[in-house]
Amino acid sequence: MTSSVERKPLTVAGAINEALSDMLREDERVILLGEDIGQNGGVFRVTEGLMETYGEERVIDTPLSEAGFVGAAIGMAANGLKPVVEIQFLGFIYPAYEQLMTHAVRLRSRTMGHFSVPIVIRAPYGAGVRAPEIHCDSTESIFTHMPGMKVVCPSNPYDAKGLMIAAIEDPDPVLFLEPMRNYRSISEEVPEGLYTVEIGKGKRLLEGQDVTIITWGAMTAVSMKAAEALSKQNISCEVIDLRTLSPIDEDLIASSVQKTGRTVIVQEAHPQSSVANDVLSIINETSFLYQKAPVAKVSGFDTPVPYFGYEDFYLPTPERVMQAVMKAVDF
Amino acid sequence: MTMILGAERGRTMEEAYPIQQLLDPEGKWANEELKPLLTEERTKSFFENMVRIRTFDRKAISLQRQGRIGTYAPFEGQEASQVGSAMSLSKEDWLFPTYRDHGATMTFGHSLCNVLLFWNGRNEGNIPPEGLKIFPPGIPIATQIPHAAGAAFAEKKKGTKNAAIAFFGDGATSEGDFHEGLNFASVFQSPVIFFCQNNQYAISVPQNKQMKTKTIAQKGLAYDIPSVRVDGNDVFAVYHHVTEALERARSGNGPTLIEAVTWRYGAHTTADDPSKYRNQQESQVRRDRFDPITRIENCLKANGWDEENWMFGIKQKAVEEIDQAVEEMERFPPPNPAVLFDHVYKNPVPSLVRQKEYLLDVLGADNS
Repeated sequence: MTSSVERKPLTVAGAINEALSDMLREDERVILLGEDIGQNGGVFRVTEGLMETYGEERVIDTPLSEAGFVGAAIGMAANGLKPVVEIQFLGFIYPAYEQLMTHAVRLRSRTMGHFSVPIVIRAPYGAGVRAPEIHCDSTESIFTHMPGMKVVCPSNPYDAKGLMIAAIEDPDPVLFLEPMRNYRSISEEVPEGLYTVEIGKGKRLLEGQDVTIITWGAMTAVSMKAAEALSKQNISCEVIDLRTLSPIDEDLIASSVQKTGRTVIVQEAHPQSSVANDVLSIINETSFLYQKAPVAKVSGFDTPVPYFGYEDFYLPTPERVMQAVMKAVDF
Repeated sequence: MTMILGAERGRTMEEAYPIQQLLDPEGKWANEELKPLLTEERTKSFFENMVRIRTFDRKAISLQRQGRIGTYAPFEGQEASQVGSAMSLSKEDWLFPTYRDHGATMTFGHSLCNVLLFWNGRNEGNIPPEGLKIFPPGIPIATQIPHAAGAAFAEKKKGTKNAAIAFFGDGATSEGDFHEGLNFASVFQSPVIFFCQNNQYAISVPQNKQMKTKTIAQKGLAYDIPSVRVDGNDVFAVYHHVTEALERARSGNGPTLIEAVTWRYGAHTTADDPSKYRNQQESQVRRDRFDPITRIENCLKANGWDEENWMFGIKQKAVEEIDQAVEEMERFPPPNPAVLFDHVYKNPVPSLVRQKEYLLDVLGADNS
C-alpha cells in the first residue's frame, strides 16, 4: 500500500480507535455503545472523533446503566447487530456480570447455535495510574471462568488493533481488556487497514534460554524490564505475552517451558483463583517432568486493590520479578 | 384512547390507572365503542387457544408427577393474558418469555414438543420453529427485559415495523433490570411492549410485600412510558391493549408498559406447595368468579356461538395434539454427550475439544 502521507506511530489508545473506526466503516452492523463515548470521546479518548465521523446512530452515549446497556446489546447482537460496548472501567462491570454470565455466554449453547451473541465488551483495567478506588481492578479471572466467553488483553498498539478487529469479527462474546498503564506508554508503527491477531495465540516478546516469564497486559512492561536487567547478569529470559487469557495458548506455554525448564508467571491480579493458576495447571499437565524448579507466581495480593497511595506496594515490580527468576535459577 | 400518562392531582394511582375491561366476568360486553372487536371468529379463536394451553398445562403437571418431565412452572389462571398478548403479535415480532409464558409461546407458534423438551431438561427445546423469533425462557428474573429493548432497538435501526414483547411478573418490577430496560427503551424510543402479568405473588411473596405501590402501571410514569392496567383475565382487553401498544411501537412512538392483573391458581412450580404461603380458598374463589376461560365460554353462550359439537371438538383436538407432542417428546433421541461441547463457541477451542474427547472416551461413545 502506498501513501503520500506518512503515518504517525500509534499508541494503544490510538490503535484501538483506528480499529473501531475501520470496523465501523467496513461493517454497517457494528455499533458502539457506552457511557460518555460519543461527544466526549470516552474518558480515555479511545472513541475520540468516531461520533463525528459515524454519527450518533452508531456511536451511542448510553444511560449510566451497565446491566441495562449490556443486556440491550445482547438483544441487539442476537438480532443481527455487532455491538462494541465500552465499560468505563473494569471495576464498574459488576452490575453487568449477570447479563454476561447468564445470557451473553450461554445463549449459543442454550439454543444449540440458533441464537448467538457476537458482542465485544471493552474495559480499561489495572492499577498503576493513580486512579481513584475501584477504577483499578484486574479481575480477568472472573471472566475466564465464564464458559462461552473469550478474554483478550493486548499490551501494545499492533496487538491492540489486530485483536480488536478479530474480536469484532468473532462470532462469540469477547471481553477486550485494555491496560490503562499502556494506553499511551508506547507508540509504534501500526499497519494501515484491516488485519487480525488471532484470538487464542500468545506471542514471544523475547527469546531466552534459562527462564520463561509468562505474563500479559500491563505486566509485560514490568517483565521486560526485569528480563533486560537479568540479561546483564547473564540470565537469559524468554518473555511470553499471552495476549489471550481465554482460550490460553497452551502450545506456546508448553514449548517455552519445556525449553527453559523454569517458569515465572507475572500478573497484577489477586493470586487466588487467578489466570496464573490456570497457566500453572497447563504447565503441570503438559510439562511437569521438564521443570527444574517450582513454578513461581509474582502477583498482586489477595487484598482489595488498594487506594493509589498504596498501589506501589501492591503491584508487581521488576525487582520482585527478578527475585523470583533468581530463585528459580538458583533452585 | 386509553393511554394514561399520569395521575391527576387528588387521584390515587389506582384511580389514575383503572383496570381496563371489555368483557365482564359474566361474559357480557362492557364497551360499546369497541363492540366491533367482538366477532364470532375471534371469540372462538380465543376460546380454542385458551382451552388448548390449559389442557397442556394440566397434562404437564401430570407428566411431572409421573416423573416424565422435570420441575414444571404452571400458568393456569393466566390464559387470557398469554393468549390475548400472543395473538396480537405479528409473525415477525420478537417474543421474550419467562419460564411461565409457554402458554404465550405456544399460541405464538412454538412447538409443543419443544416446550416439553425444555421442561424435560433438553436445550433442544429452546429452538423455535423456523422463522419465529422466540427467545429461550428468561430464568433470572427480569433479565430478558433489556434484551427485548435491545432487539427492538435493532429492528428500529434496520427500519422495519417489527416490535418486541417482554413478558415478566410482578416481582420482576423490583429488579434493576426492569428499570434499566425501561429506561433504555424510553431514551431510544425502542418499539417494545413491556408486558407484566401481575399474578400478585412472586413465589410466596404477595404484592403488598413486594412494593408499596398499588399498581405496576404507574412505574412507567417515571420513564415517560405510556402505561395501562388491564384485566388480565379478560382476553379481549389484553388483546386490544397489546394491539394498541404494538401500533404505537410500529408507528415510531416507542415503548408501552402493560400491567395485566391476573392470578395463578397453582404453585410457583411443581416443587412448591402454595397452601404454605397463601390461602388457597382465595384461588378457589377467583376460579369460581373470575376464571378467564369460563368468562369467554359465557360470552360464547350469550351470543349463541357455543355449538356443542364445536366445543367438544376443540377440547378433543387439544387432547390429541398434546398427546401427540408427549409421544414425540418421549420418542426424542436420548441426549448426545457431544452436545455439551458443540455449542459453547461457534469454533471449538482446544481445551473443549480435549474435554469432549475425554468424556466420550469415558462413556465409550463414538466421537462424531
